[in-house]
Amino acid sequence: MKKNNIIEIRDLDFSYENNLPVLEKVNLTFRELESACIVGPNGGGKSTLLYLLLGLLKPVRGRITVFGGTPAEARRYIGYMPQYIHLDHEFPVCVSEVVMMGRLRRGFWGRYSRQDRAAAQEAMAEMAVEHLARRPFADLSGGQRQRVLIARALTCNPKLLLLGEPTANIDPGMQEQFYETLYRLNQRMSILTVSHDLGFVSNRIDSVICVNRTVQVHPTNELNGNLITDIYGYDVSLIRHDYRCDHPGEHGHD
Amino acid sequence: MTELWHEIFYGSLPFLRYAFIVGLLASVAFGIIGTFVVTRRITSLAGAIAHCVLGGIGAAMFFRVEYRLNWCQPLFGAIVAAVIAALVIGFVSLYARQREDTIIGAIWAIGMATGLLFLARTPGEVDLHSYLFGNILLIAQEDIYVTLILDAVIILPAILLFNNILGVCFDSDFSELRGVRVKLIYFVILIMTALTIVLMVNIVGIIMVIAMLTLPAAVAGQFTRRLWSMMLWSVILSVLFTSSGLMLSYKIEMPSGPTIVVIAGVCYLGALIYRKVQSLRIK
Repeated sequence: MKKNNIIEIRDLDFSYENNLPVLEKVNLTFRELESACIVGPNGGGKSTLLYLLLGLLKPVRGRITVFGGTPAEARRYIGYMPQYIHLDHEFPVCVSEVVMMGRLRRGFWGRYSRQDRAAAQEAMAEMAVEHLARRPFADLSGGQRQRVLIARALTCNPKLLLLGEPTANIDPGMQEQFYETLYRLNQRMSILTVSHDLGFVSNRIDSVICVNRTVQVHPTNELNGNLITDIYGYDVSLIRHDYRCDHPGEHGHD
Repeated sequence: MTELWHEIFYGSLPFLRYAFIVGLLASVAFGIIGTFVVTRRITSLAGAIAHCVLGGIGAAMFFRVEYRLNWCQPLFGAIVAAVIAALVIGFVSLYARQREDTIIGAIWAIGMATGLLFLARTPGEVDLHSYLFGNILLIAQEDIYVTLILDAVIILPAILLFNNILGVCFDSDFSELRGVRVKLIYFVILIMTALTIVLMVNIVGIIMVIAMLTLPAAVAGQFTRRLWSMMLWSVILSVLFTSSGLMLSYKIEMPSGPTIVVIAGVCYLGALIYRKVQSLRIK
């Protein structure tokens, strides 16, 4: 079965009002049910790329198609999870209210129906946060908040999940578990995540999209130290996750 | 205490009774809108709208006296100026992100200055002091009806649009992606804020509007974890602050606006200290 392209970017340039180029000559395709991790140094244009895909920013030159239409038209197929550090930590809102926001829609009054509630319930179950439903969002740990925000993205019934820095502020044990969850979700939807630390690209992810003003795509198995130095322009420590210490006949971290 | 109560409701001072009733009714708007202002972090925008109200009041008084336009009441000028200021400030905060605070500051000062110039040219005695610091002596019986109407205009959208407003205040990018008309909702919040500010001018005055808008909600925010309960408690606290402030100011013969604000401010500081002590104890 041939998989369709769900994202196509052709010769895209982007700069903010100061005219300094943030992204240049970007070409990118992303197919149905693929998973990829967007990596690159801070200020390299990762978030900008994400906002362009969501239609919150417009390209200066070039073209973006998402699900065959403009990014703004494609929004209803996308479940978006922002970096939660952008959200107000003291905002008085409980978990189920946050998850329900995935069912907000156009239309003036914004009432929720029974189906909306059922969808939220299902998403909370999927992300194992049902028991937190009545808890204030402000009281949750980093990992719990992240799961709640993914549950919110899932209530949109997305075909594509866009995750902004989901691994920030999460302890390593939770990260492993988190990637298991993503792998499970990836069976039925495409997933694009942003991450500032490359060490955390799991072998379960198909490709790595390196963003540092230009964009390059690498299959995960091509990643090695030289390539990463190229991408970041300086040495960063690399931890490989495709080795398991407990398997006989295999080495530990190299 | 009962003596004071009697004085308010059956006494020979109708203005005290009107002030009391207007304070109670307006508290509903104060609490609900104050919650939006605090959680959406638009205190400085509210301050700028408040100071522009003086421009409207000044213009209305000038035109009324100079051109004998009897319908041109200060209240009318205040409402028009507040709504225009809310629209302009809304556009500035949406489209001029980088210079937002500078422009808001400019609007703040220009609004006030315009009012002062109009008042300077208005023949006859103008009681500027009352508008700046509030004067319950200016509250008349018809203010009760005005307050009721404005309450309705403010509260209805707040209830009907609750989910959208919650979404926009918590995470406006996400709400926009879901198709919510984020900018429209933002303008609705600002216009409701503008109308609430007009209600506050007589009670606490232009200068202290920000205090009355933010302090009850800020105290409530220390103890509540849901938006609707924060609103409910802000309303209750607003009622307590305005009514106790009015009574106390009458009793000790001090101006009512500052008395109300000092009571609210002391409660806020008390709440902060209480929370701090509690969090230390848990550690």
